[in-house]
Amino acid sequence: MTAITQSSGVVVEIGGLPIRLRCDSADFLWQIRERYAGYVGSRDYARFDFEIELAPPDAVSSDEDVRVACQAGRWLMQRGDFRAEWNPSTARGRIQQTISPYSLDSVLRIVHTLLLARQGGFLLHASSAIRNGRAFLFSGVSGAGKTTLARLAPPDVALLTDEISYVIRREGSYLAAGTPFYGELAQPGENREAPIEGVFLLAKGPKNAIEPISGTDAVRGLMSNILFFARDPQFVQAVFDSALDFVSRVPVRRLTFAPDRSVWELIV
Amino acid sequence: MTRLYVARNTSAAARALGEETMVMSAADSTLFTLNEVASIIWEAADGVTPLDEIVADKICAHYDVTPEVALKDAEALVNGLAEHGILVLSDQPLAASCR
Repeated sequence: MTAITQSSGVVVEIGGLPIRLRCDSADFLWQIRERYAGYVGSRDYARFDFEIELAPPDAVSSDEDVRVACQAGRWLMQRGDFRAEWNPSTARGRIQQTISPYSLDSVLRIVHTLLLARQGGFLLHASSAIRNGRAFLFSGVSGAGKTTLARLAPPDVALLTDEISYVIRREGSYLAAGTPFYGELAQPGENREAPIEGVFLLAKGPKNAIEPISGTDAVRGLMSNILFFARDPQFVQAVFDSALDFVSRVPVRRLTFAPDRSVWELIV
Repeated sequence: MTRLYVARNTSAAARALGEETMVMSAADSTLFTLNEVASIIWEAADGVTPLDEIVADKICAHYDVTPEVALKDAEALVNGLAEHGILVLSDQPLAASCR
């Protein structure tokens, strides 16, 4: 493992993975601290180190799709608003982007998907929450109700995210960690983690119900909601294997719900 | 009679899940779920055993189906999977390097 202990920059630690972000612009570093409040590490240690170079707003186009590719051991990531490269073996990377922290959000999501895939974990389009020490994930496409469920959560529930859930595989079991990546709720999740009790694939209906689904439907549901930007065959196969392993260890069911607080009576 | 040989495309990822098999196309990450009988054909698709022999030995010997019906169904299945690039078809035995 490569450890970077050099000072300066901001260390953002999501899912227990500290990444240092350096930039010449004090204003942008301040924006990073604000954007990732709750996830800014208090330690100086970082596993990876990214140098951010700010580009003028007119230097980028906003309508280009994200592209991720591995060349000669380096990951290249590109979209209209950023270009980045990252070498896992040297633990260093560079990001050229506009001053928007949302571009950085995208780079961090990609980097975390790549890192998690090596360990059997993944990022999932899902809201997630901790109740009674156990994590529950609510997965679905935009409009499925991820944010609605988060908004309806009772006070004893700790929200981890309303948009992108962080799934870690550790010693043969799965944990969910909070993320600063949010959806319509527009607030970062709590920086906590807990063992995953179950995943619910969301459907809206007239009444609340939890139904079992087949293993193949569970894998399909997960695969359609796991974030994977890279089309590298080995990477995609690793994600596929992770989804299958996850389904063999964690219950995945369908949750049909009417949008009112009573749905949380089923989540215990 | 021309015999049909079928081989799994080695770039497709396949994993058993109970009696079914999930296969993912490497080209576009499309997922396919094969039922019990389709899974048997998938497993037997080694590129050197003709499809009619697979059907006779692995399907008709264990299921209540005539060889004609089973072979017709099997041909439809392998043609469909070949269109998605997860199976390779040939009228000659397939060398491992061709799959």
